[in-house]
Amino acid sequence: MKRTDDVVLQTTSQVTVFIIITFSAFLFLAGHNNPGGGFIGGLMSAAALVLLALSYDLKTVKQALPVNFHYMTATGMLIAIFSGMGSFVFDAPFLSQAYDYFDLPLLGNVELATAMVFDLGVYLAVVGVTMTIILSIGEDR
Amino acid sequence: MSMLHGVILLPFVAAAIVPLFYKLFRRIHTGWFVLPVPLLAFVYFILSMPTIREGEAIQSTVSWIPSLGVDITAYLDGLGLLFSLLITGIGTLVVIYSIYYLSKEKEAIHRFYMYLLLFMGAMLGVVLSDNLIVLYGFWELTSLSSFLLIAFWYNRDHSRYGALKSMLITVFGGFAMLTGFILLYTMTGTFSIREIIDLAPTLPGQDMFVPAMILVLLGAFTKSAQFPFHIWLPDAMEAPTPVSAYLHSATMVKAGLYVVARFSAIFAGDALWFWIVSLTGLVTLLWGSYTAVRHTDLKAILAYSTISQLGLIMCLFGLGSASFYTGGADIALYTAAIMTAVFHLINHATFKGALFMVVGIVDHETGTRDIRKLGGLMAFMPVTFTFALIGTLSMAGLPPFNGFLSKEMFFTALLSVAEMDFFSVQSWSILFPVVAWVASVFTFIYSLIILLKTFTGRFPKEELGEPPHEASLGLLIPPGILALLVIVFGLFPNLLTHSLIEPAMQAILPTLDNVEAKHISMWHGFVPELWMTIGVAVAGILLYLTLKRWQRLYSYFPGSLSFSRVYDFLLKGSQRFSRIITDTYMTGSLRHYMIYIFVFLVLVGGYFLTRINPFERHGEVVFAEVSIYEVILTIVLLIAAIAVPLAKSRMAAIVLVGAVGYMVTLFFIIFRAPDLALTQMIVETVSVALFLLCFYHLPKLQKEKSSRGMRIFKLIVSGSVGLLVTLIALAVSNHQMFDSISNYFVEESYRSAGGKNIVNVILVDFRGFDTFLEIMVLGAASLAIYALIKVRDRTPHERKEER
Repeated sequence: MKRTDDVVLQTTSQVTVFIIITFSAFLFLAGHNNPGGGFIGGLMSAAALVLLALSYDLKTVKQALPVNFHYMTATGMLIAIFSGMGSFVFDAPFLSQAYDYFDLPLLGNVELATAMVFDLGVYLAVVGVTMTIILSIGEDR
Repeated sequence: MSMLHGVILLPFVAAAIVPLFYKLFRRIHTGWFVLPVPLLAFVYFILSMPTIREGEAIQSTVSWIPSLGVDITAYLDGLGLLFSLLITGIGTLVVIYSIYYLSKEKEAIHRFYMYLLLFMGAMLGVVLSDNLIVLYGFWELTSLSSFLLIAFWYNRDHSRYGALKSMLITVFGGFAMLTGFILLYTMTGTFSIREIIDLAPTLPGQDMFVPAMILVLLGAFTKSAQFPFHIWLPDAMEAPTPVSAYLHSATMVKAGLYVVARFSAIFAGDALWFWIVSLTGLVTLLWGSYTAVRHTDLKAILAYSTISQLGLIMCLFGLGSASFYTGGADIALYTAAIMTAVFHLINHATFKGALFMVVGIVDHETGTRDIRKLGGLMAFMPVTFTFALIGTLSMAGLPPFNGFLSKEMFFTALLSVAEMDFFSVQSWSILFPVVAWVASVFTFIYSLIILLKTFTGRFPKEELGEPPHEASLGLLIPPGILALLVIVFGLFPNLLTHSLIEPAMQAILPTLDNVEAKHISMWHGFVPELWMTIGVAVAGILLYLTLKRWQRLYSYFPGSLSFSRVYDFLLKGSQRFSRIITDTYMTGSLRHYMIYIFVFLVLVGGYFLTRINPFERHGEVVFAEVSIYEVILTIVLLIAAIAVPLAKSRMAAIVLVGAVGYMVTLFFIIFRAPDLALTQMIVETVSVALFLLCFYHLPKLQKEKSSRGMRIFKLIVSGSVGLLVTLIALAVSNHQMFDSISNYFVEESYRSAGGKNIVNVILVDFRGFDTFLEIMVLGAASLAIYALIKVRDRTPHERKEER
């Protein structure tokens, strides 16, 4: 991808990227009770990064976000598999999920579910996968 | 495990360790280490003769696959003993002969003896097995080891051709026989031959009786080189001469005879068996002897002679099977045929083995087997000549040799055909003796050819150089013993009657009570058989003297026609045919393969839709109301979808596909699936972006050029696929036979999993395993894309350009 010098695009994307990332975080967290979840959240985050790459270039994205997306995919998968294997500790079958309510400072009474950990794995894997595909195709002439 | 099992196992054990002796003791010929194996087995079988003579059988079982009824049951009765003695006795002689025949320096004799021992063990297994499956296993092992032995000199084209030919034909027969065995098993429920024979009276009339009989016979006929499967035997003569003497005259080719004899008690009450076996034998007898005269190679003559003699024995087994039919009456008349068959089986093994060894000696000493180049060897090789004389005259059926006796008895059996008053035999009765007499004349002629063209006349010094000398003692002992046996059996024909022939007959005819071998005498008065023999001799000598005048007959019949040609044609033809077929449909074009898949789908799916009534309603099916939004969306979707194949540029096609995707998103919204809508929208966006990225570099969209007919055909195929899928979807929606399980998810989503978003709860909780594997799929896909792009195996040319 060639470097663009579109100031309007760059300026607006500086703002929108944060909005998109926030929205994706919202989708991810809301997943258990509202539309959303790890998959959509991950795709949305990736979309934000793609917008960044479009308005600047791949180098800039890499500088701003020095992440190896292969590792990200792998981490996501590991989180997913370990969250599943965690149930072995409690003598439950693979991928048994549990939830409970906790009183947390600032947030009050909050429901926390182990499914969230699994969804985090999905989230990371999806971001990693999407970015790997787009970056590797984008870097290729 | 018993002694008998040990004897069968012995050659296999020896085959495993004999090559070791070859490596360790290079100075001693490996054959000496092999020699004790057949000798010990022979001694064992000789020692068990008294037991068998009493009418008892030695039997012992080792469990192998009891759940399938497959046990290694070794069973030694008269018939098994006869064959075992042939196998081990001639095996011993052949090993001695091969020690002097094969050079230990020039030949890979460790391989030779390994194959030979393997064959010997397999052959013993065939004749001593009571279990059909074990019998079949050993049967194929004989085919395999014979294949290895024929191609012993594997760098010769002819050897490989002959080995392949014999393999294809005998294995074809072996498979047929296996099928026959399985049919027998389904009819009787047992693999044991003993038990099947006990059940034999229940078999005729069953549906599978005739197929089983024909399939088993097919196996026997291919192995025993019966017409028209005889063609492999002449080509198998490329094997070393000891192998030809052992396998292709005395043992393996008799395995088919063994099977016919063994299964007589099961099948032989039937007219079909009588006709197939005796007519095949008769045709083989005539064809083999007729063709043998045509050949000039000594081993080829002997091969056709073997074919012809095997036909003779087969014919006798066929005639003898009549004794099952008559039950008690006239039994001696027909059992005489069986007795003749057994007697000739022994005789043939003796004189044919001797003749092969003689031919081997001639080949060894002069370097050729072509009778046109040979002559006058009598003066140089008197001992070999004597053996040849005994062998050929016995083969021709002259007194005082054993061939004379078996030929006389053969004529007796054929003349007795006239007295058969069943199977509508009588109208054909004249055929049998006439054909056999003609065949005997030809047998007489080729016996004279072998003897006289090789040993008499002038020695062709210009062709062969220095006159050969007599072979070494070791080469002469084995044919000497066999020739001696020819004379002994000729002069004292009753020597074996009670010890060997009668038990064998009782084993072939186990269901009959008073089976007795009759007394054989050299002189039995002026009976028709004697006049027939005199006629054979006179006609044979006359025809031999006028050989040159009528030999042109062969160029008219069969001329260039032969069954080998048919075999070659079939083999090449089938290769060419399958090649053409494969080339026709494996075009390499993905488009064609897609068409096959879709046409198949439409045909099979359409067939099943027509079989059932797909629109019959089951259960309460209530269709939802159609709203105006759905109609509008459907129309837009249809327009976009139909426009995709008509798009002129690639970009337009991509955008249209995107439009279809977004329409689907809207459908998800209407049908209240927010998660799906979100995902569909983003995925559609990403995939359109990727399409654009990829197609940016591709050349302009080329319109596929195809004929009008092809276009219409494709239209029909895709139209019918669409129609089929629509019909199936409609048919499926007509069936509401069970309650959906979604109620469970609706109720339990919040209660058990603490989530209100049912879709997400299903994805991460109820069915998290699917999700887990799907992210695996995504990861694999991303790695694959990364690898495809980054790790490219560039050609050296490209790499140079990059620098």
